[in-house]
Amino acid sequence: MSVLTWTYIIVGITFAIYIGIAIWSRAGSTKEFYVAEGQVSPLANGLATAADWMSAASFLGMAGAISFMGRDGGVFLMGWTGGYVLLALLLAPYLRKFGKFTVPDFVGDRYYSRAAREIAVVCAIFISFTYVAGQMRGVGVVFSRFLEVDINLGVLIGMGIVFFYATLGGMKGITYTQVAQYCVLIFAFLVPAIFISMMMADNPIPQIGFAKILPKLDGLSQELGFAQYTSGKKSIGDVFFITMALMVGTAGLPHVIIRFFTVPKVSDARKSAGWALFFIAILYTTAPAVAAFARYNLMKVVTNTEYSETPNWFKKWETAGLIAWKDKNGDGRIQYHQGAPFEGAPTFNDESRGNFGERNVANTVTSNNNELYVDKDIMVLANPEIAQLPNWIIALVAAGGLAAALSTAAGLLLVISSAVSHDLVKKSFKPDMTEQEELRWARAASGGAVIVAGYFGINPPDFVASVVAFAFGLAASSFFPIIFLGIFSKRMNKEGAIAGMVSGIVFTTAYIVYFKFVSPEMNNSAHWWFGISPEGIGSLGMILNFLVSIGVASVTPAPPQEVQDIVEDIRIPV
Amino acid sequence: MNQEQKDAYWKENLKIIMFLMFFWALVSFGFSIVLVDTLDQYTFMGFKLGFWFAQQGSIFVFVILIISYIFLMRRLDKKFNLDV
Repeated sequence: MSVLTWTYIIVGITFAIYIGIAIWSRAGSTKEFYVAEGQVSPLANGLATAADWMSAASFLGMAGAISFMGRDGGVFLMGWTGGYVLLALLLAPYLRKFGKFTVPDFVGDRYYSRAAREIAVVCAIFISFTYVAGQMRGVGVVFSRFLEVDINLGVLIGMGIVFFYATLGGMKGITYTQVAQYCVLIFAFLVPAIFISMMMADNPIPQIGFAKILPKLDGLSQELGFAQYTSGKKSIGDVFFITMALMVGTAGLPHVIIRFFTVPKVSDARKSAGWALFFIAILYTTAPAVAAFARYNLMKVVTNTEYSETPNWFKKWETAGLIAWKDKNGDGRIQYHQGAPFEGAPTFNDESRGNFGERNVANTVTSNNNELYVDKDIMVLANPEIAQLPNWIIALVAAGGLAAALSTAAGLLLVISSAVSHDLVKKSFKPDMTEQEELRWARAASGGAVIVAGYFGINPPDFVASVVAFAFGLAASSFFPIIFLGIFSKRMNKEGAIAGMVSGIVFTTAYIVYFKFVSPEMNNSAHWWFGISPEGIGSLGMILNFLVSIGVASVTPAPPQEVQDIVEDIRIPV
Repeated sequence: MNQEQKDAYWKENLKIIMFLMFFWALVSFGFSIVLVDTLDQYTFMGFKLGFWFAQQGSIFVFVILIISYIFLMRRLDKKFNLDV
């Protein structure tokens, strides 16, 4: 059977499962809609958290990025797992004891302030929209590449599915769909990795097998003029700050935090954090192996190969515009070296073909000897084809990518819908509305959020790629410090928290906007403060938030006694 | 539970957190970032040691840390009769 037939079958089966779960787990109350009645087992919540967390970026993008970064790729691996240690030890158990529905709930009650709650609502909505646009785009890309439908139609199908189970089932529907989606995505990630590891390293465990390829990869990289794969290129300081920002940002992301509201007890919150990281670690320790194998395979296959002799996948991705070749020395062979082959992403002049049948690149050519452009995002999708794995595995990877994107999108949409219906409408405007009214608001908000997310998926703003760093920076500089202080300091008051949040957000936003949008030409280490790139600036924003809130709190009155009692209470598990 | 017990429980909780956070910082910021080039002089299962910590080892240690936290807190909860 062809890849296309396999893809229709596998994607069709998985979608049928997701819809079946949605019908089975309709939500009837707000407690079911927001936190699945608080009755999810720690194991199921761990699985759901892992799927919630691992997005299109983790599944499709991360191994590709590591492939081109070498050792520095560790910033993603450590940043996006180390945050769970912070979450498990510093936040999750206490927030579960607090026992409300949303992150702004905690901020508003702990800091006895409507202003603090509303700042938190705006941050939660902004962070979640930033993130969800990328997921919808991911769905569209997988559909267009594997099911050969239009990218926009792909986004619409994805919207339809998410709309169905998120709006109908709320947190309950999302949780059990995410459990199924984790199983699909982890199977889809591991199977090709194990096959490739057996082929290239004679070892079925990729985590061990890729040791064998690294010396060869280092050698080949140097031969072609690249830096050694196992060496670092970024400065120690920058790696330090990026890792910190990603860790703290992970712990401060609202769609991850709210998953811990769904388990019955505090001790279950601890257990499910353990399960979650365990399930995440399975993918995150496999990804660097996939990255190294893919890098080696790519270099081996293309280097000095005649264009006419290149395998099928090469031409397919060239057609998709994600691979491009400019024959600078006119010998008809691909030269792959360090540096960009031409300026920017490829644009093609398709009226005629090049001398060897390749697509004509219209960009300004650079003076180095590299002739090949490879988009890093294709590495995971192309890897099974590069390694010549059977068709059903290639189809499986498509289903896995969709599972990763849909599960994360659903979790984010729930944050948006609960922030609107619970924190904004109920707490700020209509405190006396009934349970059924609030549930209708929640469903309407969730439906509205799907439509907005879909719009951004179809018309991606240019800034989507650069704002992912923004989501983490913002989570790190706004939520993490004030939630942490809200638990660990009884003295922290509303003046401190508001001042801290505002200064953290304003500083981080200003730095990122300046280097990414106002003066992108200045975005290099010579101009960065303390050599910290915009990706890592959330760490400094977090430190600023801590300093300002502690400073302001020390010169303003202590919080009222009943708030101090809340803090006492959340520190004790029962 | 009286105030004295609450304070004692919280103090032990903080000790457990600080003990585990030390290892969290050591393997990530220590071994994988600041000391990475030094550790790369040694090999471990065929990997350069610093590289291994940056891309594999630190993640394994993170999982072990959360599991240890679950067990240490369970023991603490038992000691204070909070394990219901």
